[in-house]
Amino acid sequence: MPTRLPDAEKLCLALADQLRPQIDPATTALVGIHTGGVWVAQRLHALLGLQTAPGSISVSFYRDDYNQRGLQSNAKSSQIPFDVEGAHVIVVDDVLYTGRTIRAAINELFDYGRPAHVDLAVLVDRGGRELPIAATFCSHSLTLPPSQILALEREADGQLFFRLIEK
Amino acid sequence: MTTRNPQLNAHGELQHLLTLDGLSREIIAKILDTAAPFSTVAEREVKKVPLLRGKSVFNLFFENSTRTRTTFEIAAKRLSADVINLNINTSSASKGETLLDTVDNLAAMQANMFVVRHASSGAPYLIAQHLAATHRNDIHVVNAGDGRHAHPTQGLLDMYTIRHYKGDFSQLTVAVVGDLLHSRVARSQIHGLSILGVPEIRVIAPKTLLPSGVERMGVRVFHDMKEGLRGVDVVMMLRLQNERMQGALLPSPQEYFKSYGLTPEKLALAKPDAIVMHPGPMNRGIEIDSAVADGKQAVILPQVTFGIAVRMAVMAMLAGS
Repeated sequence: MPTRLPDAEKLCLALADQLRPQIDPATTALVGIHTGGVWVAQRLHALLGLQTAPGSISVSFYRDDYNQRGLQSNAKSSQIPFDVEGAHVIVVDDVLYTGRTIRAAINELFDYGRPAHVDLAVLVDRGGRELPIAATFCSHSLTLPPSQILALEREADGQLFFRLIEK
Repeated sequence: MTTRNPQLNAHGELQHLLTLDGLSREIIAKILDTAAPFSTVAEREVKKVPLLRGKSVFNLFFENSTRTRTTFEIAAKRLSADVINLNINTSSASKGETLLDTVDNLAAMQANMFVVRHASSGAPYLIAQHLAATHRNDIHVVNAGDGRHAHPTQGLLDMYTIRHYKGDFSQLTVAVVGDLLHSRVARSQIHGLSILGVPEIRVIAPKTLLPSGVERMGVRVFHDMKEGLRGVDVVMMLRLQNERMQGALLPSPQEYFKSYGLTPEKLALAKPDAIVMHPGPMNRGIEIDSAVADGKQAVILPQVTFGIAVRMAVMAMLAGS
């Protein structure tokens, strides 16, 4: 039975609606986690009319499975174009699962400075947490078995969509 | 029967970095790609990432080198490793301990990586073989320069520098100039350039400073520097290794400068956008004129900065393999 996957574009709109009353477009800054989170952060940045350009964070150098799996083969640069010190930062990702990526992202963020406040916004919470981490903003929840990967992908025209991959 | 490259593990990943000779273009490109994100770490508030937290890197320098040792030390510290510098000249070796006894002792101290500089070609190989024979495959070896043989991280940082300024290797003409005879740097550069597909590699040197059989490395040999520099994209100068000279290989440093020193007049024969590189330390007025060393085509200081990112990438790839 194929699982019916949520519409990623609609979830972006819903997430922006949740965030709008809680943020100040002049001071709030977004940081997307590579790769899907960066796309979502770009969407939210436009939808919310934020003044600060969004940052991106790769977590390649902060992952907790380096000793088991080594360095990720496609390690990317993190780019944070604003001063993290004292900022209100919303970390953005496509899918929240074990929570390990979020832990790594927060650790990395703090190496850029001490933010005043950090929130987490995700399109989908798929359950399966291994750490005490919860999203502040989430537009959809579902439960998937560990054998499946829920991945956000992007069409050539920029449309975002979800795909389910069997491990 | 196929012999496995001793640098690679059973999965084809780098286990040690001993030489660029025999590495695939894919592996070298992967190291350069991995170095790029490491280059941004130094721009942050905290110039450190936690990858090698809890790991011990031993710098084993059987031969002095301030710059190479320092950049390896910085690279390891920016990866959060604990770094132990051993200046072996002043330590056990002078009391008669053998190289492999030193290695066994450090392995017993739970070392994770050895960065080795040695005056004898092949010393890092010997250590890597010994670690395999004693079932210490958890310890990685990085060659930081052995005799006249290889200096792979210098070769890699030079390739990173060329890629940074020139983008693509497939259209380049590159000249390596100077004392090739004594130069492990030149060998690693030539291997790197040919593996990455540089179509024309030139070497420019007097006959007395060329190793025999250099043509077999796929290079064009020039004895006239002006002829050799014509139309090149990259000029890689080598240091004249006076301390390694035995006998009369050279008339005098002044004569050498006249024929093989890089002056603005000679550099004008290269392409107008040619870059000038040097592995350091420079002998100003012997192999390079100050006007060139400090000129706008020189990328000698960026080489040093890129060297840290490249060494971080190598150590992170080895320790995670």
